[in-house]
Amino acid sequence: MNTGTNHHMPGFGMAAFLGIVFLYLPILAVLVFSFNTGRLVTVWEGFGFSAYADAFHNADLRRAAVNSMIVATGATISSTLLALMAAVAMHRGQMGRLQKQTAYTLMTLPLLVPEVVIAVTTMAFFGIIGLRLGLGNVLIAHIVFCIPFAYAPIRARLGTIPRSMHEAATDLYADPWRAFRHVTLPLLMPGITSGALLAFITSLDDFIITQMVAPPGAATLPVQIYNMVKKGIKPEINAAASLLLALSVAIVLLSYYLNRRSTR
Amino acid sequence: MSDCLVIESVTKTFAHTDAPVKAVDDLSLNIRENEFFTLLGPSGCGKTTLLRLIAGLEKTSTGRILLSGDDITSLPPNRRPVNTVFQNYALFPHMTVAENIGFGLKMLGRPDTEIATAVTDALKTIRLEQLGTRKPGELSGGQQQRVALARALVNRPRVLLLDESLSALDYKLRKDMQIELKRLQRETGVTFVFVTHDQDEALSMSDRIAVMHKGRIAQLGTPQEIYHQPASRFVADFIGICNFVNGGIFGLSETQDVGFRPEDAQLNNRTHKDGDLQAHGRLTHITYHGATTHFQITLSSGEKVTLAPHTAPDLTPDSEITFSVPADRLIRCAP
Amino acid sequence: MTLARPHKLLLPFFIIMGLFFVLPLGLGLIYSFLKAAPYGGVIWEFSWEGYKRFFFVPDLSGVPVFDTGYLEIIFSSVKLAVITTILCVFIGFPTAWYMATRPPKQRDLWIVLVTIPFWTNLLIRTYAWILILRNDGLANTILGKAGLIDAPLQLLYNEFAVTLGLVYSYLPFMILPIYATLERMDWRLIEASEDLYANKARTLWHIILPLCLPGILAGSVLVFIPAIGSFLAADMLGGSKQMMLGNLIERQFFSSRNWPFGAAISVVVMGTVLFGLMLIAKRGQGIKDALR
Repeated sequence: MNTGTNHHMPGFGMAAFLGIVFLYLPILAVLVFSFNTGRLVTVWEGFGFSAYADAFHNADLRRAAVNSMIVATGATISSTLLALMAAVAMHRGQMGRLQKQTAYTLMTLPLLVPEVVIAVTTMAFFGIIGLRLGLGNVLIAHIVFCIPFAYAPIRARLGTIPRSMHEAATDLYADPWRAFRHVTLPLLMPGITSGALLAFITSLDDFIITQMVAPPGAATLPVQIYNMVKKGIKPEINAAASLLLALSVAIVLLSYYLNRRSTR
Repeated sequence: MSDCLVIESVTKTFAHTDAPVKAVDDLSLNIRENEFFTLLGPSGCGKTTLLRLIAGLEKTSTGRILLSGDDITSLPPNRRPVNTVFQNYALFPHMTVAENIGFGLKMLGRPDTEIATAVTDALKTIRLEQLGTRKPGELSGGQQQRVALARALVNRPRVLLLDESLSALDYKLRKDMQIELKRLQRETGVTFVFVTHDQDEALSMSDRIAVMHKGRIAQLGTPQEIYHQPASRFVADFIGICNFVNGGIFGLSETQDVGFRPEDAQLNNRTHKDGDLQAHGRLTHITYHGATTHFQITLSSGEKVTLAPHTAPDLTPDSEITFSVPADRLIRCAP
Repeated sequence: MTLARPHKLLLPFFIIMGLFFVLPLGLGLIYSFLKAAPYGGVIWEFSWEGYKRFFFVPDLSGVPVFDTGYLEIIFSSVKLAVITTILCVFIGFPTAWYMATRPPKQRDLWIVLVTIPFWTNLLIRTYAWILILRNDGLANTILGKAGLIDAPLQLLYNEFAVTLGLVYSYLPFMILPIYATLERMDWRLIEASEDLYANKARTLWHIILPLCLPGILAGSVLVFIPAIGSFLAADMLGGSKQMMLGNLIERQFFSSRNWPFGAAISVVVMGTVLFGLMLIAKRGQGIKDALR
């Protein structure tokens, strides 16, 4: 049988175990300490929700959380829509090599350019064109880097739909738009959902680009947490961090669950 | 019978490969109403491309296509009263069988009640009444094929196109479906255009066959004409086995080759009639095929022929053989 | 059926990316060739001062003097990125191996396990190390309670912490491509090797590692590139003394107010990234497969 099952390398099992522990230790540390009632976050005093209470009472954190949600939702909807259109165009469209190459390059470039560079150049650009849309500045910047993340699952799913599906629909009197709507789109849904979830997480998680582009009052949760950490670690910071972490994990798990259901 | 479908000097060139390819090369064809018409040929001969041109799934490079006199060349597939049964069936996996079958009528804007009746009737015709609410993934290959057929026929198209629709079925099922298709065509009166590379299938089902080769029509005719009067060596060799030998073997002019079918030969003067042509050779091989036995004869010229006479005498290899072929069964055609 | 005119669908994408991604990058390139304005921003005059600053820094009287400070930062950024990559290989390879040798059903679980940290917030994951490494943090508390140390160890705000943060951030990027390569590997080659008297170590060195090279290289690219431009690890875990190129760039646009220099550093970092990618493109298919 040509699988790797039962090939053993001495010590690799232990290394893998340590690797996984290493990956999860910090995450668990944050989560566990968020239930610490002590003021010094890492000195354990007792189990309680005081940190979370402090977090909810902090107006800055609340506003930042709301901002994060607004931006993430807006960026998800826009970037997923744009990515869907781009995916259909690139996969099913007839176009010259130059156009195709440009499209692919534009789609992968944001993943390759260091985030700091994107952050400073976007900030400079917004400054020069005088864009002052408050949270809107953040939204626009987020849409740009979310598109590639939404694109990948959609493109992958599109690849599994045979062209004959669309052809059969047009053969049965559906014009191209209705063929898309009734046949391709429903089949594409799992990819679109995956892409939207990825875009959402990516927007939620962003720090450096938002940090540089957001005007005062438009801080998102990561930015707010960062600014507070600089002044000193307090329990409410930890609680907010835990919530953000838990939300990310929940979304990833949701994405996996939906993926497995659709391939059944 | 009037012409239903007219293909007028159609060429289709695929330009986006390294060297442009003419899949269909200046092809003209008239298909009649009510006909079971087959496009037959080896893979790459252009038969599927031609079918897709008729469906509107490909655009012609030059030429016209007329349906009952109307020029449909520039119409998109959704505006042509033509339906296709795809090779992989292309059933919509997220819809039920009933929704699949009713899809075309729904796109045409027919009222729901009319669609429901039509779908029920269609399910009855293909004998899958109980499976209307299932999804295609739950059906067997043969059942999926019938659904694909129903999905196309329920729209009462003027032409039904079938793209190697039986190739995925096993032997017995295939034979059954061939009979079924023939019956459906006769009952509905719809013109069927059937694409296959299986010459057996073509011969048994078709009213007329167009044998295609490299984008062109090698021969157009009834199954009998194609089989007994092939227009070229290519056609003769593609349909069944055909022996070709130098004319001199039969005492005819040595400047031309003649051909004959293995089953038209008689061995050792069994029922030799005047007018039959004779030849001699040595028996080199006997292959048993159940219903027939093939005898391979090596002639004095070194050429080899295969004979499959109706009665198979008991012979031993290396014996001298005389065989004869009726003169009217000789095939003379272009090389 | 192919879309005859996909251009309409692509247009919004092209517009958004062109306007808000390509143009800013182009602007950055231009800025690197301009003069710095006193309180931030630029003066629209051509100048090499952005690039010169890598080598020549004005002393107290304003005269540019050769200074290795920034070059040292470049060097230490590259050094840290390389060390990070190597450490990721050492931890990532056995982990990927272990995953690939599990029964198929288990493997999905492992992939999920490894991928989850990848998608959670980088800021928070980096911040978490502060909780662990600081003087009254988790590590020191445990070591103290276990009686192994008398006084807290200085684990934070040094190169050790930054490296740890970097390895932690990008480890999944190394594990997944190696795993992908191992999954596609022909395991019978290992059996053949053992059949031919090679022990585990030699099989590893002569057979397995060469076969996995595309995956390892792909992972290295995926780790090195973000590591070079990393900001958070050095910023949160390194204190004021540890600076990488990412921090340097950020600083130019805020406290130091030297935009052309910041732009120049960005160009240099981008150049390194593109150079690395071109090397990959030449190396070709094996790596691309692993990246998928």
